[in-house]
Amino acid sequence: MPTTASAASAFADVTTSESALRRFLHGLPGVDAVGLEARAASLGTRSIKTTAKAYAIDLAISMIDLTTLEGADTPGKVRALAAKAVHPDPTDRTTPTTAAVCVYPDMVATAKAALAGSGVKVASVATAFPAGRAALPVKLADTRDAIAAGADEIDMVIDRGAFLAGRYLEVFEQISAVKAECGDRARLKVIFETGELSTYDNIRRASWLGMMAGADFIKTSTGKVAVNATPANTLLMLEAVRDFRAQTGVQIGVKPAGGIRNTKDAVKFLVLVNETVGEDWLDNHWFRFGASSLLNDLLMQRQKLATGRYSGPDYVTVD
Amino acid sequence: MASVFEYAPAPESRSVVDIAPSYGLFIDGEFVEAADGKVFKTVSPATEEVLSEVARAGAEDVDRAVKAARKAFEKWSALPGSERAKYLFRIARIIQERSRELAVLETLDNGKPIKETRDADLPLVAAHFFYYAGWADKLDHAGYGANPRPLGVAGQVIPWNFPLLMLAWKIAPALATGNTVVLKPAETTPLSALFFADICRQAGLPRGVVNILPGYGDAGAALVEHPDVNKVAFTGSTAVGKSIARSVAGTDKKLTLELGGKGANIVFDDAPIDQAVEGIVTGIFFNQGQVCCAGSRLLVQESIQDELLDSLKRRLSTLRLGDPLDKNTDIGAINSAEQLSRITTLVEKGEAEGAERWSPACELPSAGYWFAPTLFTNVTQAHTIARDEIFGPVLSVLTFRTPDEAVAKANNSQYGLSAGIWTEKGSRILAVANKLRAGVVWANTFNKFDPTSPFGGYKESGFGREGGRHGLEAYLDV
Repeated sequence: MPTTASAASAFADVTTSESALRRFLHGLPGVDAVGLEARAASLGTRSIKTTAKAYAIDLAISMIDLTTLEGADTPGKVRALAAKAVHPDPTDRTTPTTAAVCVYPDMVATAKAALAGSGVKVASVATAFPAGRAALPVKLADTRDAIAAGADEIDMVIDRGAFLAGRYLEVFEQISAVKAECGDRARLKVIFETGELSTYDNIRRASWLGMMAGADFIKTSTGKVAVNATPANTLLMLEAVRDFRAQTGVQIGVKPAGGIRNTKDAVKFLVLVNETVGEDWLDNHWFRFGASSLLNDLLMQRQKLATGRYSGPDYVTVD
Repeated sequence: MASVFEYAPAPESRSVVDIAPSYGLFIDGEFVEAADGKVFKTVSPATEEVLSEVARAGAEDVDRAVKAARKAFEKWSALPGSERAKYLFRIARIIQERSRELAVLETLDNGKPIKETRDADLPLVAAHFFYYAGWADKLDHAGYGANPRPLGVAGQVIPWNFPLLMLAWKIAPALATGNTVVLKPAETTPLSALFFADICRQAGLPRGVVNILPGYGDAGAALVEHPDVNKVAFTGSTAVGKSIARSVAGTDKKLTLELGGKGANIVFDDAPIDQAVEGIVTGIFFNQGQVCCAGSRLLVQESIQDELLDSLKRRLSTLRLGDPLDKNTDIGAINSAEQLSRITTLVEKGEAEGAERWSPACELPSAGYWFAPTLFTNVTQAHTIARDEIFGPVLSVLTFRTPDEAVAKANNSQYGLSAGIWTEKGSRILAVANKLRAGVVWANTFNKFDPTSPFGGYKESGFGREGGRHGLEAYLDV
């Protein structure tokens, strides 16, 4: 499989100038909003039962970036979350671990220590999350700090202001700069804040922009605005990574984040993955859920499948 | 296709519907045997299992039913529109309440996936009755002057592809305008019409207003030829439609025909590709392509042909064919052995004439009537599969270079029922739609139905409109 560097070179001519980049992004096929949402809704009617449900629940747990991104985060809170990530269900040690714990850069060291030896990754938001309103050197320093503290993954936000003002090259260069900062030390997730980009055409353009600039993952949202991950915007991003791989041979991950709170929703997203990009993406190296409360619902459903009874919120841990 | 994420079977329960071992004809509010005692069997096309034995109407039964409808007409047509509306609203609500039962029944008798009967057929059936219930007391405002009068007895013959929906399209406007009806469902799908008869009784509909005569073509012919029928409505093949037109010629019967089609789905180079692919799939594989307005001809701009076909083939590989009662099934069974052999014959002709056939890897069940989703490339206007209605899951792909050529090719058909346009350019949608000679033109969607929208054809696709305000005219003496 070609490396990301060759993907970037495949688009070298596209990213030489503002106008070339604009022409490329505006030349991508349009998105019919009604049709996109109808397709996402129709995949949402798949009936996932018994063995398929058990598979989907465990897969979903293993794909969670268990997240706390609050001003009130403390080392205690982060350690509790890390413990939960490693043993989501203390009564059933066969439960898979989550993929990662996602925290602010200043909490990376705490998370790293708490997760040592568990295989659970530490993801850190960076680049002046969630608004992204800071100068590039500040964003790069933010990224550097997180990596220095041990972050395995960086969740950066794009400059939506620049994107909406049509300064695509500026967004491209910022992503490239953060990617360079990550090097091969951390995988880079690029957050578009789809709720602020607002149109599906914009989301498709942002997806290609991010992938061409070196994103390892494209991610819907910060979880801090009114509209976060939806089946439709995630379906659109899955189509983008599918087309990108077809064109370049490079596989990119997708991470819907925010608003996915229960098992039923998570399973619907996995159906989208299964029927849009297929089993190559049914792995936490390529698909993640940015979520916190989702995990407990998955655990309750997992217990229900195992025992035939619903337990209740007091039978999963609240952290 | 084996996958790490294999969906476990998710069958809808059969126990929600109770199919009796035998059914009679529904005449004058009663279920009765055929005068000559004849019966026929109806089978599940997915398994060939016999579902029930149904009385087979003959000419004598047609006469009895028409007499019952004539007798009921006087009182029914004299009811205030608001009273007729009450019955129709009641029927609509009962259909909603029994929709799960009716969906399972329709899937069993027709072979189409439960996903479609549950999410398309049944909601549309109820919506159609609700819509025309609303018209019953507002006919003065339909554009036909004050107090427009009904015609009398309507003889209606419907096809097997959307049994209950076609019944709704026929019966709802007829009753709303004050006519009484004798309806003959198709011989392969009589059951939902018989359940509808039960719903009429449940709704307290006066005797004789609706009569249901399961039977074959002879019963249909007897019905449309009956001298006391004032209105004939037929949905089905163009060949039968022509013979009905001949038999009705010279009488004062009012006639509407909704016949075949060879819909063109036109994809321009600036189309939203992923959604266009979905629309192509919906256009030709919805109901296994057994849809008169199916988008059976894909006209794709030559410059994007390869890209579009790659996407389409990839998408077809994800279609799930199998048990129609499974909630995850996308493609169900072909309705009958007869239809399957028609499809097979035409597909063989396509190959013989040099078109290139492709189907995704797809295992067909051993029992029942099945046909894999199929597409043909290298098709030209001269190929039989580009001209004849196949009425199956078979798509013919043709190319064009310019919008004018697209319009010319789309219109170059004996039919003119439906067409689709895919482009992100609004002005092109308007310009092309105005030039297409098709009764329904969809823009950036396909096979979208709504009771408020008139539906019908140009040329050999028939005449008259069903649905919407226009649909009232067929049942009014105007």
